[in-house]
Amino acid sequence: MCSTEKVTGKNIEKCIEYTESGLPKITIRFEVNGDQFEKHVDPTMTLLQLLHHELKLFGTKEGCGEGECGACSIIMNGKAVNSCLVLAAEVDGAVLLTVEGLGRGNELSILQQEFIKYDALQCGFCTPGMLMSARSLLDRNPEPDDDEIKEAIEGNFCRCTGYVPIIAAVRSAAKREREELK
Amino acid sequence: MSEKQLNHIGKGYDRKDAQEKVTGQAVYVHDMEVPGMLYAKVLLSPYAHAEIVSIDCSEAKKLKGVKAVVTGKEACQRVGLYMVDKNIMAGNKTRYQGEIVAAVVAETEAIAEEAVTLISIDYKELPIVHNLDEALEAKTLVHEDLHTYEYLKGVFFPQKNTNIASWNRTKKGDIKKGFEEADFIFEDEFNVPAVAHVPMETHVAIAQADPYSDKIKIWSSAQSPFAVRQLLAKSMGIAKSNVNVIVPYVGGGFGGKAGVHLEPLVSVLSKAVHGRPVKLKMTREEEFNILPTRAGMRARFKTGMTKDGKITAMEVYHDWDSGAYADYGVNVGKTAVYSGAGAYVVPNIELHSRTIYTNKVFSTAYRGFGHLETHWAVERHMDMMAQKLDIDPYELRMRNILKPGETTISGELMYPTTGDPSACLNAVTKELNWTGRKSAEDRKREWKTGKVRGQGFAMLQKAPAMPSYTSTAAIMQMDEDGHVKVMIGAVDFGQGANTIMAQVAAEELRVPLEDVEVVWNVETDKHPYDWNTVASKYTFMGGNAVRKAARNMIQQMKEVAAQVLRCHPDELTHGDGYIYHVHQTHRRISYVKLSMGYAYENGNGIGGPLISHGIYMASGLTNPDPETGQGRPGLVWTFGAHGVDLEVDVETGEVNILKVVSAFDIGKVINRKLVDGQVFGGIVQGVGSALIEGYKFDGDSKLLNPYFGDNRIPSSKDIPDEIKAIYIEEPETAQVDGPYGARGIGEHPMISVPSAIGNAIYEALGINFHRLPLTPENVALAIDKHLKNGEE
Repeated sequence: MCSTEKVTGKNIEKCIEYTESGLPKITIRFEVNGDQFEKHVDPTMTLLQLLHHELKLFGTKEGCGEGECGACSIIMNGKAVNSCLVLAAEVDGAVLLTVEGLGRGNELSILQQEFIKYDALQCGFCTPGMLMSARSLLDRNPEPDDDEIKEAIEGNFCRCTGYVPIIAAVRSAAKREREELK
Repeated sequence: MSEKQLNHIGKGYDRKDAQEKVTGQAVYVHDMEVPGMLYAKVLLSPYAHAEIVSIDCSEAKKLKGVKAVVTGKEACQRVGLYMVDKNIMAGNKTRYQGEIVAAVVAETEAIAEEAVTLISIDYKELPIVHNLDEALEAKTLVHEDLHTYEYLKGVFFPQKNTNIASWNRTKKGDIKKGFEEADFIFEDEFNVPAVAHVPMETHVAIAQADPYSDKIKIWSSAQSPFAVRQLLAKSMGIAKSNVNVIVPYVGGGFGGKAGVHLEPLVSVLSKAVHGRPVKLKMTREEEFNILPTRAGMRARFKTGMTKDGKITAMEVYHDWDSGAYADYGVNVGKTAVYSGAGAYVVPNIELHSRTIYTNKVFSTAYRGFGHLETHWAVERHMDMMAQKLDIDPYELRMRNILKPGETTISGELMYPTTGDPSACLNAVTKELNWTGRKSAEDRKREWKTGKVRGQGFAMLQKAPAMPSYTSTAAIMQMDEDGHVKVMIGAVDFGQGANTIMAQVAAEELRVPLEDVEVVWNVETDKHPYDWNTVASKYTFMGGNAVRKAARNMIQQMKEVAAQVLRCHPDELTHGDGYIYHVHQTHRRISYVKLSMGYAYENGNGIGGPLISHGIYMASGLTNPDPETGQGRPGLVWTFGAHGVDLEVDVETGEVNILKVVSAFDIGKVINRKLVDGQVFGGIVQGVGSALIEGYKFDGDSKLLNPYFGDNRIPSSKDIPDEIKAIYIEEPETAQVDGPYGARGIGEHPMISVPSAIGNAIYEALGINFHRLPLTPENVALAIDKHLKNGEE
């Protein structure tokens, strides 16, 4: 619940929304998976909370809320970030990509296909974050070696797979993506 | 059925749930919002052992948006699976730092969080039981009323006026005689710390408790919906049929979600707000602090050996530091009674397995429960005895290994189809190119380079730990288009049960895999019963049940088709979506035409919708004898072995695992891709237990590392450079009563990984480690001590 009050000055009337704790809300405009959004949010809200509570995008997971596990990784302006460590206020003007936007229209992306083929997931809870870290890697380095893949996903904990199939899936996706570009 | 005839069994199909999981569509309880839902937060005890003198909730209740504040006075129900020893919330006293002492329900999580800080509690600190030795002294009791508790009688043995929740025993042969026959007696002690399961989805539950009736609806991230139903109903004093437990996708379990956890508390909270749904989700820190762990354990072995390396007797104490409660922990302790001396013939044994209370976070099942712990001890002990006897560690194991005709320590007869432990060890040592121990000179030479290589190996075994009368069921329905829906009571939390069951159904019905769907979101009101999704038992038990359901469905179709085709049902066979005559194959009817009953051209109908079921009841199991532990607890044993090749940096103490080779007598691989997933994942979890993980407590028994920063799990950089999995699929040793010969494999890959690593580190450094984890710090300190003693 938020209160709205009118502030008048210099003949300009504007509305400021306040949060429950009395903080003025801020207005942010940003893009997620190609869609444009404008939201008035609590300045203490995290990007992960923005995705969950404001946009109802629950594909991105919360594993620790402390930036240690990578489950909430998304791509912000081309770089993988832990969305639990980014404030919603920081995404004003940003372009975001989440797991919901990874597919190509109604088809799975190569990376998603390779995750399935190599069984790079079990419980699936780390999978969205893992995919985003892998996507970010392939965007900046289309030909990563295994050490670079391990480095790129080091911040994404997976308790199920032992990482072996994930590394294989990323390696194979990189190869297929390169072939597709030829 | 011969190999060649199998169409789906043995194929590496993609898991059925994969697409939803890579697209972010898979819904977990973490993600769920139920209309009208409120949020709960909990207050934890800051003391490991304290009396709760008074609680003042008045300030918390005044906060705007707070709907209810509940303490142990209101939530005084008891809960427990085997040992009913826990209150939903701490009552008069708190027994571990992290125990829930109060909860708030509010309109938002933030309000609930703030309100919790407004609750004020007066505690009177009590003496703390820090460890096993203090617990065994029994000067302070964690549970004064232990003798009044309800528990599973005849299976567990709580000791009055002590801290021993259960004392289980194995007695076989005559150890006095056995030790007299020995040329040497070796004694060793080993320890493992408590370790966290770390499912990526923390525990979470939503409850909706109807204020006008006893009905409770629960959405939970749980492994065993039927266990939650049973234990919740018992705790709340209501009929089981009033409880409906719904389990959508689950973000990992590993045993940590096997029993009942947050569900009773959330039910009480929903009751307190007149039945509005209440969600309680653990933060990662709460997950470490509140929820149960794998128990810490101390094992003491005394073993008699002849000079040529035959075991004559063993006296064993396995003491489990179960923390404040022993709900599931007593069953972990019980496994040692039949498996606590490893895969070896021990003619004379006295084994004591004691599950012990201390004032620490409590324990529960964890992947392969009891076995990583006991095998750390057994397999290191075997290696150390081999060192002292100057016998090759492979040779020593082979001289004592279980073979058909021998009996286990609990008196179970080994059949040829129980599996082949020797084949596993042979496969591993062959793949390692094991040629024997390195000489002290070689080790010395290598040491100078700063990096020392070492190889080691270890055996492993496990059978499901479960009640002797454990059962499961499957229901199968055919849709109008000939597709089949299978309903089971087990939960697929990533281990792949649903894909495996679909393969079994497709195999029996002889339809494409795409035509079979195992229905997700297990709901106890709708799905058939399964005891618990634990213990690596479901491929075996569920596979048998699904196979029977499919065969029953075929039989139903044959009986209707026989009328139409004017023959006896026995003359019919099936395949490619048709029931047809074995000889005149053109006499046939499609599944589609039979799916809802057959309609003749004139309009007459016969038969009806195709619905079948199959059941499986664990066959021939008995409770162990209370005095001697003798009996038949093991439904299906899986044997295996791990081999490790590693390198130790003598400066930093870092252990770099170059290769893990693992062999399992799995009987039959149903889906190679999914089995590999269990093996890779299990090995890396084992590496975590070996090298990284473990709880640390301070002098007040407070948990020092309830966060990933100092209690992390292996990352992609911690994995072995190479993992080689070998599956033994010999028809002569396959599980003759398992589906297509298959045995369980879910937990086994984790067992004995630390043992094999410990043995390889000895081979590298010449240092024996007795205590996990083998962190760089611990290894470096041991190297330092070793050097100071002038041993290299």
